[in-house]
Amino acid sequence: MAAAPALEAREVSHRFGARQALADVSLTVPQGRFVALLGPNGAGKTTFFSIVTRLYASRSGSVRIFGHDLARAASLALAELGVVFQSRTLDLDLSLGQNLSYHAALHGLAGPEVHAHIAALIGRAGLAERIDEKVRSLSGGQARRVEIARALVHRPRLLLLDEPTVGLDRASRADIVATVRRLVAEEGLSVLWATHLFDEVEPEDEVYVLHRGRVVAHGNALTVIAAAGESRSLEEAYRMLTAEPEAEAA
Amino acid sequence: MDDASKMGPAASARAVLPIRRLGPSGYAVCLAGIVARELLRFVHQKERFLSALVRPLVWLFIFAAGFRSVLGVSILPPYETYILYEVYITPGLAVMIQLFNGMQSSLSMVYDREVGSMRVLLTSPFPRWFLLLAKLVGGVAVSLIQVYVFLAVARLWEVEIPAAGLFLAFPAFLLAGFMLGAIGLFLSSLVRQLENFASVMNFVIFPMFFASSALYPLWRIREASEPLYIICLANPFTHAVEMVRHALYGSFEPISTLVALATTLAFFVLAVLAYDPGHGTMARRGGPKGEAR
Repeated sequence: MAAAPALEAREVSHRFGARQALADVSLTVPQGRFVALLGPNGAGKTTFFSIVTRLYASRSGSVRIFGHDLARAASLALAELGVVFQSRTLDLDLSLGQNLSYHAALHGLAGPEVHAHIAALIGRAGLAERIDEKVRSLSGGQARRVEIARALVHRPRLLLLDEPTVGLDRASRADIVATVRRLVAEEGLSVLWATHLFDEVEPEDEVYVLHRGRVVAHGNALTVIAAAGESRSLEEAYRMLTAEPEAEAA
Repeated sequence: MDDASKMGPAASARAVLPIRRLGPSGYAVCLAGIVARELLRFVHQKERFLSALVRPLVWLFIFAAGFRSVLGVSILPPYETYILYEVYITPGLAVMIQLFNGMQSSLSMVYDREVGSMRVLLTSPFPRWFLLLAKLVGGVAVSLIQVYVFLAVARLWEVEIPAAGLFLAFPAFLLAGFMLGAIGLFLSSLVRQLENFASVMNFVIFPMFFASSALYPLWRIREASEPLYIICLANPFTHAVEMVRHALYGSFEPISTLVALATTLAFFVLAVLAYDPGHGTMARRGGPKGEAR
């Protein structure tokens, strides 16, 4: 079981009414790797995240987290999982510390050790002196760092981030990307990073390009560029792979 | 602005094995955490507390005073003597607080689902029924605080309820709170957006409150209209009010209590099914914008 990938989705499909949101999506995040899920808005990234975080089950296909099947051993699978959602999910009126303590409690964790861990995580986010302040007083970039800290409270081995840099300025974006990449490099965390911004993807990253609910290309950036045929850069390849017919926006 | 440098490897968030505390103590921690969050949010929302308190007090101070002479209430159990109209409607107003609170905490669930903190709750490794139950317990705890503050204020307004009754009614308020919270929880699974919730308030709160024994005894309604009487009898809110009314005066109303218990169970089971990842309404309707349509 040691070699089980951090995340393994097999032929996941889902539909909302008549709309096919995901069609046979298969995706693997090996342990200790940074994998990007690249796709324009409306491609199905958030639906995929909803299924992997068990907000609802897929219509077909399977999801395994470190070998634990999400449908059969949800509890073990979710315990391995840290999530940063696209929408802001901190309680604005509670303090940083209270937000993280609440999250710890959701995983059955409390006590002095947990509080020390929370303080350390907030310290790492550069907000140690603001632990008792309300989240409302934070900037967008700071709040995002707190959300990442929160996702790490229960020491998950797999971190999912759904468009974590949306709405942030350039410096904050770079900061968030660097933080997460460091978690992968130094602590062996496995990461699935969903984005529509190709410039957050490095050439050696494993990339899945999602478009209209389907994986249209997979490999490292170079493979993806090759898959798009005539393109010369990831940016160009991404644009070609996810081009919409003029009349129809996603 | 070099925040990134502060995030060095010094602190230990090592991605080693996750800590798993999913035994009984883990459940207790999780429950306490969810209830504490509800209470903290309640403390931070002072206007919510104020409006929860003002609403029944307006009924008590103004409405009841005005109708005192119009509506005579004869001797009926559990009262042993003629009572003032204010005294009659106080139990119904207390349960009305819980009705509003039950619907409001489900309103917060709809809101939660939109901003995503419901999603955070549901990524907890504990079973989903337990998470929903814990959420319910939190809502009930908040409603009990409101109810007892209201009863304390009503006492100043000559609504004397025996001290023993306040203790005896505690389990009745607890059950009433669970019942109304479970109904709200189920409704929250059906409502996708906040705008729709306003109509739920109109179609749920007002009919439940007015078609009940909260403001007038059922025999009076029967005099006016037999079908309306039957509707009131079928309304679980009537039974919550009667259960509380009897408990406040030291008597036990078995039928109302059974109805309240059965309603609580039924709606809680429905809510758990609705939030079930495999079969629930979320899988069909909970899709993100742009991907769900």
